[in-house]
Amino acid sequence: MQENGIGASVRRKEDQRFLLGKGRYTDDINVAGQTCAVFVRSPHAHAVIEGIDAEAAGAAPGVVAVLTGEDLAADGIGPLICGVQVTSDDGKPHRAPAHPALALGKVNYVGDHVAVVIAETLAQARDAAELVEVNYRPLPAVASTADAAGEGQQQIHEEAPNNICFNWPFGDKEANDEAFAGAHKVSSIELVNNRMVTNPMEPRAALGEYNSGTEEITLHLTTQNPHVHRLVLAAFNQLAPEHKLRVVGPDVGGGFGAKIFVYAEELVVGWACRKVNRPVKWTADRTEAFMSDAHGRDHVARAEMALDENGKFLAMRVHTIANLGAYLSTFATMVPSYLYAFLFAGQYATPLIYSEVKAVFTNTAPVDASRGAGRPEATYLLERLVDVCAADMGLDPAEIRRRNFIPKDAFPYQTPVVQCYDSGDYEAALDKAMELADYGGFEARAAEAKDRGKLRGIGFSSYVEACGIAPSAAVGQLGGGVGLWESAQVRFNPTGNVQVFTGTHSHGQGHETTFAQLVCDQLGVPFENIEVIHGDTAKTQFGMGTYGSRSLAVGGVAIAKACDKLIAKGKKIAAHAMEAAEGDIEFAGGNYTVAGTDKSMNIAEVAFNAYVPHSYPEGVEPGFDENAFFDPMNFSFPAGTHICEVEVDPSTGEVEIVDYTAVDDFGKLVNPMIVEGQVHGGIVHGIGQALLEGCHYDADGQLVTASYMDYAMPRADNAPDFRVDYAPTDPPHNPLGVKGCGEAGAIGAPPAVINAIANAIGAKHVEMPATPETVWRACQAAV
Amino acid sequence: MSTINLAVNGQSVSGEVEPRTLLVEFLREQLRLTGTHVGCDTSQCGACVVMVDGKSVKSCTMLAVMADGCDVTTIEGLADGADLHPMQQAFMDNHGLQCGFCTPGMVMSGLDIVNRHGNDLDAATVRRELNGNICRCTGYQNIVKAIRAGAKAMGD
Repeated sequence: MQENGIGASVRRKEDQRFLLGKGRYTDDINVAGQTCAVFVRSPHAHAVIEGIDAEAAGAAPGVVAVLTGEDLAADGIGPLICGVQVTSDDGKPHRAPAHPALALGKVNYVGDHVAVVIAETLAQARDAAELVEVNYRPLPAVASTADAAGEGQQQIHEEAPNNICFNWPFGDKEANDEAFAGAHKVSSIELVNNRMVTNPMEPRAALGEYNSGTEEITLHLTTQNPHVHRLVLAAFNQLAPEHKLRVVGPDVGGGFGAKIFVYAEELVVGWACRKVNRPVKWTADRTEAFMSDAHGRDHVARAEMALDENGKFLAMRVHTIANLGAYLSTFATMVPSYLYAFLFAGQYATPLIYSEVKAVFTNTAPVDASRGAGRPEATYLLERLVDVCAADMGLDPAEIRRRNFIPKDAFPYQTPVVQCYDSGDYEAALDKAMELADYGGFEARAAEAKDRGKLRGIGFSSYVEACGIAPSAAVGQLGGGVGLWESAQVRFNPTGNVQVFTGTHSHGQGHETTFAQLVCDQLGVPFENIEVIHGDTAKTQFGMGTYGSRSLAVGGVAIAKACDKLIAKGKKIAAHAMEAAEGDIEFAGGNYTVAGTDKSMNIAEVAFNAYVPHSYPEGVEPGFDENAFFDPMNFSFPAGTHICEVEVDPSTGEVEIVDYTAVDDFGKLVNPMIVEGQVHGGIVHGIGQALLEGCHYDADGQLVTASYMDYAMPRADNAPDFRVDYAPTDPPHNPLGVKGCGEAGAIGAPPAVINAIANAIGAKHVEMPATPETVWRACQAAV
Repeated sequence: MSTINLAVNGQSVSGEVEPRTLLVEFLREQLRLTGTHVGCDTSQCGACVVMVDGKSVKSCTMLAVMADGCDVTTIEGLADGADLHPMQQAFMDNHGLQCGFCTPGMVMSGLDIVNRHGNDLDAATVRRELNGNICRCTGYQNIVKAIRAGAKAMGD
């Protein structure tokens, strides 16, 4: 193993520039002749636009243009798309109402895009935007997830009767009903998965430049997937042909899913820079982010479990209403369907699962993937239900989990909900977590807390997630419009240093470090001589980007495959140079050696020979630069057990997380320091959902939580230090033995926290966010 | 327009600003010191924290004209060339940053905590004092560790 190779907690390459203030985020970039864009947004949740008077705005100081949806349509720019099809119970595809980037005659949520004002300065654009007079005729709004498809509701889109996007049943209902009829006991829970605003700290931004000489558009975007942006903008929105469009995702300040999607502002900026023939820049303020970033979660669900007399799960059924917002965001349909219901087995050998998902439109911002995407919703539902089952059966929550775990010798394990888990040892993680959390000492700690007037509770969450996303064939069968492999190019320069081009994108994950470690390990090139390049369609080959904890498990393998090709080619070159047979050449630690001799040649010398091929093997191409693509055979299935301990003050309802243990199975760790950081961040994201965060629209569809004054983000004193450990298993289909770690915390934490609170106060359920008011009320009800 | 004269990272600068120009806009747009970031509109997130006359200030909440005659330090003014300030080094050594967006504000707030509480900081103090800074990536644990280590290194 190389010193800075796989398994080493190497300090990050990215940090120096960020710490010096030399990061280069989209809003940091300024170009000559740049103008500023400000969007005129709907103040109504639902209204007909009867007219737009832009005359005064157009005449205001510094204004370059005021553009509306009619201008966009006249230029043939297509509506925004949703790339995954779900078949509804009537056999037809999900309903997909048109999603214009600038409204055409109607607005459907507060913050919907009505017009764009482009001016010399941001202040001038803002001033002029206030002069755009829009004549609205308000319509009744649909804001409630639970009631959106109800009788007599206002219709939002003609194409979607009863505001239903799809009804999606899955599983064998008859067999399931039979199992329930014969069950010893049926446990059930009704719950809400609270709507969240993803809130990466860098607001979204776009900078568009048009070169009339080359007819090229360059778009700098806050994107997690530059090539996906380019593909969609070119193929579906007709912004420009793909080869005349360059998308750059420079340094991006966090994504968590919110920067996957192709947004109205991005398309409009790309179009407007050509229209006005000037560079155009737009940066969201935080309230715009709250209004128009795609939101996450927002389910209302009921789940039931049929149990036998020993507490074994016989069957599970789930009914879910999922809010998709006013329009379909890029991957919206996939989240409450394939990424949700296919996770209902969790870690358990439940033989029968039946699910119905009703996805609805409302007059709220679009809802799409947000850290975990469907899997936190599934895990929260399942792990809350399991605790209810334990209480109903009089079993310890650890014991009921243990009785129902898929045993470690049962892998590969085909669940009843499509997924085939490749590896896992759930009991090992549970045992380790219980030991680290000192589960045996809990009663004493609770008694001690009681003396202080506090209610102490402990909560488990044993989760499994499907990430890596995905095998292309599986995604295609499910209705996905793209392939989901990843690409890499590993290029030696003639002087022996290495540039790695990846189709993934790093926005906090530290790929520049982790991927360099992979290459360092495999090729034996010094860590400092390796540079990882990502995020620019003009530099990297087509790639699918970063989401679903896929970058290492899919993109990392593509890099490893490219390295394999270099090693193989290098053998031919080294054999020729050392006058030996290719079969006698061995490669290790960066050196080609003739077996059984002291003849050796470093890979950097081989690279030089490849570029200066004066004495060179016949039939071998010059150059030392290889491409590879990797399409995985399966999803990857990280899993683990999290244990949370809380203290509740029953007089105020205040919850303090006093202890938190996470034991995860991520397979092999390349950089343990970075992995632990991902776990920390994910857990706090999950704690945010459990205790603090709730996006709220009132009955008229007004967004009540549109700033950090109203929407509570987790802060440093909302959590303790975490105890993080691992119980790894080896995923057989992944050549690197890795599984992905970016979302686990956000998936595992919410049920662990809520189970702990329910345990502390003796309540069946407490809704998220478990604010002091909610918990205080629950304490009163439990007395 | 008003003319302002101030020191930024030890250098005298002057500029023409509108009365409504915020200090952060002056730093980012006129001086092109883009290390200081804007993450919200309500003085909550702390990505824009700079030092003004030795005290931490949210530069989105101060008008540029108010900084006339002041001594301003931004994230760009801490290191000696490529040699990081001990607080910056501690963030690197303790993995106190991921996407880097909140980081400049976190480092500046860390320095302010040291100024007010000294070099021997307990975790609870740091967590409480970071109430004006939001990070979505790290879960804070390593930021707290970094600030404690940076504080200690500054005292050595």
